[in-house]
Amino acid sequence: MSKLTPVLSAHWDERDSHTLAGYQRHGGYNAMKKALAMDPDAVIQMVKDSGLRGRGGAGFPTGNKWGFIPQGDNKDHYLVVNADESEPGTCKDTPLLMANPHVLVEGVIISSYAIRAKHAFIYIRGEVTHVTRRMLQAIEDAYKAGFLGKNILGKGFDLELTLHIGAGAYICGEETALLDSLEGFRGQPRLRPPFPAIAGLYARPTVVNNVESIASVPAIIDKGAEWFASLGTEKSKGFTLFSLSGHVNNPGQFEAPLGITLRELLELAGGVRTGHRLKFWTPGGSSTPIFTDAHLDTPLDYESVSAAGSMLGTKALQIFDETTCVLRAVLRWTEFYKHESCGKCTPCREGTWWLVQILRDLENGKGSEADLAKLLDICDNLLGRSFCALGDGAASPIMSSIMYFRDEYIAHLTNGGCPFDPVASTLFASSKAGA
Amino acid sequence: MANTPQTFDANFLSRLDAIIARYPRSRSAIMPMLHLVQAREGYVTAEGIEVIAEKLDLTTAEVHAVASFYTQYRRTPAGEYHVGVCTNTLCAIMGGDEIFAGLKDHLGIENNERTADGKVSLEHIECNAACDYAPVVMVNWEFFDNQTVESAKTLVDDLRAGKKPAPTRGPDSVPTFKEASEVLAGFNDGRANEGVQAGEPTLLGLKIAKGERK
Repeated sequence: MSKLTPVLSAHWDERDSHTLAGYQRHGGYNAMKKALAMDPDAVIQMVKDSGLRGRGGAGFPTGNKWGFIPQGDNKDHYLVVNADESEPGTCKDTPLLMANPHVLVEGVIISSYAIRAKHAFIYIRGEVTHVTRRMLQAIEDAYKAGFLGKNILGKGFDLELTLHIGAGAYICGEETALLDSLEGFRGQPRLRPPFPAIAGLYARPTVVNNVESIASVPAIIDKGAEWFASLGTEKSKGFTLFSLSGHVNNPGQFEAPLGITLRELLELAGGVRTGHRLKFWTPGGSSTPIFTDAHLDTPLDYESVSAAGSMLGTKALQIFDETTCVLRAVLRWTEFYKHESCGKCTPCREGTWWLVQILRDLENGKGSEADLAKLLDICDNLLGRSFCALGDGAASPIMSSIMYFRDEYIAHLTNGGCPFDPVASTLFASSKAGA
Repeated sequence: MANTPQTFDANFLSRLDAIIARYPRSRSAIMPMLHLVQAREGYVTAEGIEVIAEKLDLTTAEVHAVASFYTQYRRTPAGEYHVGVCTNTLCAIMGGDEIFAGLKDHLGIENNERTADGKVSLEHIECNAACDYAPVVMVNWEFFDNQTVESAKTLVDDLRAGKKPAPTRGPDSVPTFKEASEVLAGFNDGRANEGVQAGEPTLLGLKIAKGERK
């Protein structure tokens, strides 16, 4: 019996799971009816009691975030859903919205009702046309059904929902950069405080939550906070989507309680690709320090992953086997951070540029061992010293890979270049081997 | 303030107004308006910048500043089919680097260039949230999953030949760059129900939980 607990993914295998009819066949929008009959504060309390923590990477308790919105302030409040899924390795919100956009719409309605927002926004990345279509259709159908608009279900609750489509900027996944982008500016992060709960979109109290967080709300309302809290671990409650990719026999999405281990997930994914062994992996996207085969039994919950020196992040488990050059992997991620740095702060703008130069030299067998110290010094100037978490993310793969694979960096120097054959790590190579 | 360029018809201008009406404050409309300019022009033209500036009561410099920040807004015309090869770490290692090199060679163009017939433009792209389908190629931001060098070459050949192949997870046939840009401007093209609801990797955990797969 596997540990899997399909809730969000429970009906994704039905051909019309993305339609209103498909969603309502299994009780879709019943949680909305239940919530709209409750006091908004009771809805907030229920989400607090469930222990739901943000699924976008930071893991902040969702109900507490909602509780920070000042009530009775006679200001407009806003809910903004972060659907700008762009963290390398992260691939959970996109298939979720393709298979079931309505669960997000229902979550938006309940969450907006709780925080007394009359206008909500979903900020979706611009590089997923078909997911955008499905979101547009779901919102249209929800309006037609009377679940959005004026006087929803005759309860006197009004809600407008706007889909805002991005245009290719990773930084807009950072919540304050997202708000600047949504206001029609370049997407650059804002100084905090004030936090969005006090001065967010249009300087009004705003909640920004990840897709999976908001999509988890209907199930909590429907089945209860105790049920949700009964899954997972003491401090990391509930179920979540784990995404396995890379050198595994069967990559894919696995919905399981927090606290499952990579060893257990790898078994479900058919193991590391046949004939190879695990070398390194990311627990939660490229911004989380890498792990090795020494971490196979680390429980994948916020506390345990943090105690082992990384972060649970987006639960994007990218698996790399022994054919992969760690320096090549890290350089490519670093080139990404350089490209996506918004340029606002010096440590990140300049630091990511220099990191790429040094890593490229090392990959080509140029430079010296002193360059490793230089890399770590620049990382030290990024980590915790850049304006937002993008800089921290850029430092993480470099610092962790030098910690675990210092010898491999040196091998590029002694070898006069990369000692790995890039073809050996491709999918085509593995299919040949398996044939 | 520039006068509204004569090149834009009433239908286009009314769509710009429809975008503005989605937001509490007009400036928020700038990004979908830029997508709509690309839907009409194939890239962000100077005239497009001017009409947005006039509609939003901004300077053209302010609109330029926003347009130049975001990678998807193009300064040169896209091909009818804009092909993006993911070369972020995971896809690159799984074969994205070989696919990108193969397509450059096959098409005879470099990154961010367009074939002489205007059919295909090529770009290496960042992680597109489909890592369990690596290596991934996007055409007008529709998913072509689990590509090889050969399948990607066949794909671009088909695109240049005027065939409209179906994405792995997307509508029944791939839209043109301009058609896709209209969706990204927030206009529903009515094709949401086409294509699969999910691919096999998306369903793997569910099927194991239901005992349908090991």
